[in-house]
Amino acid sequence: MTTLPTPAASPSPGEQADAAVAAILASALHGGERGTVVDSPPGAGKSTLVVKAARELVVTGERLMIVAQTNSQVDDLVDRLAQADPGLAVGRLHGSDALPGEIAMRHPGVVASTKVADLRELPVVVATAAKWQWVKDTDPWHHAIVDEAYQMRSDALLAVARLFERALFVGDPGQLDPFSIVGTDDWAGLHHDPSQSAVVTLLAHNPGIVPHRLPVSWRLPASAAPLVSDAFYPFTPFRAGTEPGDRLLELGPATPPPPPGLAPSLARAADEVLDVAAESGWGLLELPARLTVRTDPEAVAAVAAVVARLLARGGETRSERGSAPVDAGRIAVGTAHRDQAAAVRGALAALGVTDVTVDTANRLQGREYDVTVVLHPLSGRPDATAFHLETGRLCVLASRHRHACIVVTRAGIPELLDAHPSTEPVQLGVVSKFPDGWEANHAVLEHLRRHRVAAR
Amino acid sequence: MDHSTHARVDQPLTPLETRLAALRGGAAARNMDARALAALAANPGCDRRAVLDAAGVDKAALATRLGSPATFGQSPFAITRGLVFERRLRAERCAELVALLRTELLPEATAQSPVEVPDLLPSEGPAVRAARTRVALAEATANAAAGRAWTLLDRPLLRLDVAGSTVSLEPDAIVIGPDGRWTVVEIKSFPILDGSADPTKVGAAARQAAVYVLALRTTAAALDAAAATAQIGPGLVHPRPGTGPAARPHPSGASADVPGADVPRAAAHAAADAVGSGLSPADATTPAAPRLPTAVGLPSAATSASAATPGAGAVAAGGTASGGPEAALPAGAAAHASPYAEPVGLAAAVRTTGLLVCPRDFSNVAVAAPLDLRKQLAVTRRQLARMTRIETLLAALPETVRLDEAPEAVDTLAHAYAPECLAACELAFHCRTQARAAGAVEVLGRGVRGELGSLTTVEAALEATAGDGALARAARLREEALAR
Amino acid sequence: MSLLTTLARLEAVRAGVAQPLATVRHRHLAERPFVLVPLAAAGETGAPLAVLLGQDRENPRLLTVPQPLDRDLRFAFLARLGDELLPYLESFGADVELLERSVKDPESGEKTVEVRELCADAPQLVVPNPGAMELLGLVGRSTRFRRTAEDVDPGPYPVPARVPLLGRWLTHLSERSNVPGSSLLLPLTTTLSRHWATGQSSLEDAHLGALLAWIAPPPGERGERAASRAENGRDERGRLLVPPAGPATDPAFDSLLLSPAVTRYDAARAAQDERLTRARAEEIDALLESVLLPVWHQVWQGVDLLRTLPPAAHVVERWESDRWSYTGHRDRVAAGEPPQPLRDDAVTAARKLAQREREQVRLDLEEALDDPLAMAEHRLAGQAFAGEVVEVLPAYDTSGRSPKPRPLVTVRTEDRPHLDPGGEVHRAAGPAAQRAELVQLDAEAGLLTLRLLSGMGRKKEPEPGTVPEAGEQVCFTLFELSARQSAPLPEPEDTPWTHGGPPR
Ligand code: SF4
Repeated sequence: MTTLPTPAASPSPGEQADAAVAAILASALHGGERGTVVDSPPGAGKSTLVVKAARELVVTGERLMIVAQTNSQVDDLVDRLAQADPGLAVGRLHGSDALPGEIAMRHPGVVASTKVADLRELPVVVATAAKWQWVKDTDPWHHAIVDEAYQMRSDALLAVARLFERALFVGDPGQLDPFSIVGTDDWAGLHHDPSQSAVVTLLAHNPGIVPHRLPVSWRLPASAAPLVSDAFYPFTPFRAGTEPGDRLLELGPATPPPPPGLAPSLARAADEVLDVAAESGWGLLELPARLTVRTDPEAVAAVAAVVARLLARGGETRSERGSAPVDAGRIAVGTAHRDQAAAVRGALAALGVTDVTVDTANRLQGREYDVTVVLHPLSGRPDATAFHLETGRLCVLASRHRHACIVVTRAGIPELLDAHPSTEPVQLGVVSKFPDGWEANHAVLEHLRRHRVAAR
Repeated sequence: MDHSTHARVDQPLTPLETRLAALRGGAAARNMDARALAALAANPGCDRRAVLDAAGVDKAALATRLGSPATFGQSPFAITRGLVFERRLRAERCAELVALLRTELLPEATAQSPVEVPDLLPSEGPAVRAARTRVALAEATANAAAGRAWTLLDRPLLRLDVAGSTVSLEPDAIVIGPDGRWTVVEIKSFPILDGSADPTKVGAAARQAAVYVLALRTTAAALDAAAATAQIGPGLVHPRPGTGPAARPHPSGASADVPGADVPRAAAHAAADAVGSGLSPADATTPAAPRLPTAVGLPSAATSASAATPGAGAVAAGGTASGGPEAALPAGAAAHASPYAEPVGLAAAVRTTGLLVCPRDFSNVAVAAPLDLRKQLAVTRRQLARMTRIETLLAALPETVRLDEAPEAVDTLAHAYAPECLAACELAFHCRTQARAAGAVEVLGRGVRGELGSLTTVEAALEATAGDGALARAARLREEALAR
Repeated sequence: MSLLTTLARLEAVRAGVAQPLATVRHRHLAERPFVLVPLAAAGETGAPLAVLLGQDRENPRLLTVPQPLDRDLRFAFLARLGDELLPYLESFGADVELLERSVKDPESGEKTVEVRELCADAPQLVVPNPGAMELLGLVGRSTRFRRTAEDVDPGPYPVPARVPLLGRWLTHLSERSNVPGSSLLLPLTTTLSRHWATGQSSLEDAHLGALLAWIAPPPGERGERAASRAENGRDERGRLLVPPAGPATDPAFDSLLLSPAVTRYDAARAAQDERLTRARAEEIDALLESVLLPVWHQVWQGVDLLRTLPPAAHVVERWESDRWSYTGHRDRVAAGEPPQPLRDDAVTAARKLAQREREQVRLDLEEALDDPLAMAEHRLAGQAFAGEVVEVLPAYDTSGRSPKPRPLVTVRTEDRPHLDPGGEVHRAAGPAAQRAELVQLDAEAGLLTLRLLSGMGRKKEPEPGTVPEAGEQVCFTLFELSARQSAPLPEPEDTPWTHGGPPR
């Protein structure tokens, strides 16, 4: 396991990360175990690692298969590979009802096909796990990379593992777990429980594999990494790649008048919370406590107001990458439910904002923005459910930003959490997943309270 | 399951205790037993339950007096079977239990180490029993260091501050291994069948065990404090996390390995003397272990032992601390230390892995399974720290009320009925009747409430079907489908 | 719970009687099901105490274990249970349909015709609740590995020959009951709750007496009162008026009546007084029958209630899957295969999970197609819409060699599907599977214009009847209307290294 050295003898984040990557590549290429596992916290350079590992493997003359979980992840990976090495021929294997995306196919070196035979001889072939499961009548690859391995189910790995001899598994253990639409208690506690994450099965059956860890988040600013690390990765901490003050968010003055659809008092609160967030990296815009339906119109309006004011005021981000204007493409809104996302889109459109990403936690996994605005999953609810308390959901929402994250919520969530029954069942023999969602929710809120702005 | 009551109260009562005793009508206070802990887990937000359990009121009797008796009960067959199982485990100085613990906890330890099963004065009152348990813990830890001995504390009595009021807890057993570490043992009568057991029951057992771990940590902190008061130096006991099977990677830099020192025999003696001299043992430790809810989970901050182990376990979160994620914050700072960090001092002797002992398959043979309690500990700790204080809740009740004479006075305490109460709390039928009479949508289930948002009564929800919200659309669709 | 179910529960509170959650019956119900009401011995895992069973509601058979701790008595009970149950279970094995299918020989590639047997019908056990189902599973688990006097090595405690066979059948039935939509072993409370919404919570619905009290309250009484009496009404001695439907007995019954009776029985046995022992056993029988008979009648009442609903269209198809399951087990027993293992290996577990997920999807789809109330759930969730066709315009795709029909159909609906132009929809209850895409959306007016993409035959003009006409009611879903095939998995002997290699 990669551990952080004591601060006294601290190497730079870059040195730490390089050392981790070197160890990972050595293990993947020549390690004594057939599998190498890499835990990657949010923004720790997982995709960079995958591209780097792929290129190193290809250099050795080996052909490589890459397994990702969704079609957009596959397209994304293909795009990154082709960008990193325009001369590399990459096969994009796809299903007949899922055509490859434009982003992947714009590169001349990329070949797409529904049949593996057409791509078999290319140095790299990329497809979803669902597509790989149907591949047959082919010799196994020597090397595979499995991306987002924590989101892959054990049974999917069972179906594709025959296709490779060695594999590098990369993923973020803190994000949303795979799930099943039926009960799976029959297999709880079995090493090979088909419904659990592929990595959990792999590690249970191969005790010699010790997961590597990417120790530095290059995405999260110094204001966010400690909170996210403590709350969501209690036993595998990581640090920010930048120091406090390395990232700056400078907003324009709050002078532009709000558009007709935006109440002045709400605009003022939005401005205030934006200032707080620009200063500290976090902002909590708290509406009066009230029980509401999921698509609470006032909370939705508040989310839209924050986004609209941010765009109206404009501003600049400064970071190790240089400076850039804060524009719609660098802002995202995260919600728990799809209907909430739809409601926010509607409210934004009414304010004339159309090109900001608004999506659920599930769809924001793996994405990165400068500023995120989050509708708290528990806002306005009379009670929590396992869905709302799932650690991965809050973790995804709180770890997409490079500069600042603003959470919009109704007051009263700590009390709601206090009243939540703690009756979580425990299966013997099942390794507990950390942290606890209830506790993590409290921890995050406790932190956010210091950056609170009340809206009336 | 334990239903024992305190036979004696043998120390001066605090005003709160006096008030709670009056509430019981002078009856003995009940322990915070498995059922009370389950009720707490099922409905932590209920004021009514909080007061009744803090006061140790017999809720079953109260429910009967209110005319809505609970249906909980245990078949004599089940009781007999449970007793047979426990008797077997405890026979011959717990021989079978100890054998099981040996294999589970320290397979490498010599099978020949002696086993102590001290007398814990089970017929005494709670204060004496608690003091006796404390002494036994200290002695056992000393014995472990000196003679590599095992000690099994059979039904010890622990005290824990819950929302400002002290409750008594009686774990099935605590075992102190030759490594000096304390393990909570939960004996249950449900079976472990082919390696798995009813997850609901295991979950309840784990939460119960976590409460005991917290109580043990408090006790340990008190022992540390007593040692400090006795001028024998801080942080004398050094548990060795990392030697037992429960050892796990700690948050970086926060390894709780504390450099060696010897066992505080004197601490035990101090506590024992306190008992012997007629002094209240609680008083003896009060100065360093304030009875504040926050002290429950953070015993280390209050003890001088923390001074000997700078920074261990404290993980700063604020972006202000430089040098990466783990810089120590001053004790009591508002920042969140990792809720999973191990405490320091003697409290670290308590293992965060409990042991569940159950009958195996269809037999009466015992089998043990480890329970990782770290999650339950983190949750329970925060839960206890955030509880509304009982004094505050009591304000709703008339000063002199006795529930044995005026059971209906309980209605002045707010309830938070949900159908889950039916399986967890003796008062459920009574509260259900009230919730139904009020037309509360909770009677249809907690999930229903989530669907309905601000509509909290059945009537309001039905009225909303005439409007044009989601409920109205649902009503139209339902009507259309049923018309076909 | 969905908003529609919540609404039904709210309506039930108002009406004082349960409200329908289905317009048709979604589970197979045999003409003469085999009802089984088991009781468990308190404190003993998987130990039966008594059972009332049979197909004749007027003449149930009672089996009891007068002293549940006595393993000889327990296995004698199980042998008798086998005598009652096995002939019923096995009786469906003889009447078969012969089905032909062509299979390709993997070596030569030649096609041959394979004839397979499918039992024409299968057994159906109805039990009060999931607890009873679990008990049967536990009995299966505790007996299927037992050795009998006929074994080569009978071991120290051989049991009657039919006991392990019974264990294998019970194991199979409880295993099958985990497959969504299956009906070989039917728990009544769950099945009733699928079809009716009561004015209480789903937790309270698990009590059969309370559930029936809501669905069919006594005349003039509101469900709430009747249910609460069923739950905790007691006589002057503290016994429940309505005995619980098991498998656990009322603790008060145990301590007041059963326990003393067992003690008397034990004493008579100890005294080796055969006549008295028999008399004592009969006392116990009478006691147990007194708490089982009310439940027996409740179960039949529940069956009657289910029968008031017409069977859903897809029930026959799903029952065929049950028949395959039954036939498969019949064949494995006949082939002398060993009993089901304690726990599944990696491949078997993954296969079962895949099957259950597939069947869950299929069940949801079929219920939606069969039942407008089930489809209403999807419509409310924005995953389907229904309405009237207001306009049909012929149109063609001329990009290929021969033009293909791509008519434009405009539907008026009050539903609000989560659909953007370009999105694909599927026609429910059309003449054949048919896809369409949204071309234009007028949300204000509730008008959706769709282009039909398939299901119209191969000619230039659509086959008659394949395109809906103006004025016709149609329903489209945003989800596909058939369950996807599961991906192939390796054979257990090819289990890869990631999953521990082949099972040993
Ligand atoms: S039954 Fe009543 S007192 Fe008990 S937890 Fe529920 S609401 Fe509170």
